[in-house]
Amino acid sequence: MIWDSWSDFFAMGGYALYVWGSIIMVAGCMLGEVASLMLRRKSILQQFGGQRRSGAKRQGARDENAA
Amino acid sequence: MSNTGNTLPPAQQSGGINWFKYASPQTFFPVAGKLIPLFAIAALLLCAAGFYIGFFVAPTDSQQHDAYRIIFLHVGAAWMSMFIYLVMAFWAGLGLILNTRLSSMMASALAPTGAMFTFLALWTGALWGRPTWGAWWVWDARLTSELILLFLYIGFIALQASIDEPRRADRAGAVLALVGVVNVPIIYFSVQWWNTLHQGSSINFSNAPKMAMTMLIGMLLMALGFWAYTFVAALLRLRCIVLERERHTDWAKEYLEKTA
Repeated sequence: MIWDSWSDFFAMGGYALYVWGSIIMVAGCMLGEVASLMLRRKSILQQFGGQRRSGAKRQGARDENAA
Repeated sequence: MSNTGNTLPPAQQSGGINWFKYASPQTFFPVAGKLIPLFAIAALLLCAAGFYIGFFVAPTDSQQHDAYRIIFLHVGAAWMSMFIYLVMAFWAGLGLILNTRLSSMMASALAPTGAMFTFLALWTGALWGRPTWGAWWVWDARLTSELILLFLYIGFIALQASIDEPRRADRAGAVLALVGVVNVPIIYFSVQWWNTLHQGSSINFSNAPKMAMTMLIGMLLMALGFWAYTFVAALLRLRCIVLERERHTDWAKEYLEKTA
């Protein structure tokens, strides 16, 4: 361990703006990308999976009416 | 082979894997789903190890002090920005030549992640340049060619988005991606070919690394973490693209119905 304390670690020897600005942007972009892809998958499943199911339900209801 | 009872394809008979089987979106879709958690764990472990070595173990630099620590993020991002472009152009080209849909989808899945790493290389570079060179940005060969790489990625994404028919979009994107490949060696060798403010390669094939072993290990672990992350992001996006494009097929309908 090279740091004396946590505040020492966060100060980054006076370069906190540059070092933390890099770390936060890298971590934010990577986490943000994964989160957006999970949302995209969710919306695909909702849009196309749900449509189909409600369609099947309607079809089922029609069959019942016919019977 | 006149033996009609033998129905195995040749590749399976010889004990090898029939790679063409995985060229179909339907077959690769579940494989990608199984690969994602493996690469996610690898990415997490490698990035955590790289971060620990880079920000807790590696000693402070005598000239650049702690500002140099940006190297642990910057080099990995810059490597991935170029590497992803080559892989993207490879898949796009393969899709163009062999007319395999999955290859083209793979190229489209890689582009946004490549653009993200290019942006991150520029961003961390600016934050590193300011304290060490005194400028956020200079129009020198390395920085300018990396900026052109970002525009190539954006151009590829925008071109594909502007064409409604997916296969035509694939072909147009592939031509752009292949023409743009010329930029990658320009970026890589720019520090040798031109006088530039940017320092030379951190690692090259002719000399021993000019940096301490701890720093080198931290940098490599971080880069490997980014590499594993790229698999996660690209495969997640690939599965979205496959579902969007194949949603009219029976297997995709069945999957959507079962999963939603």
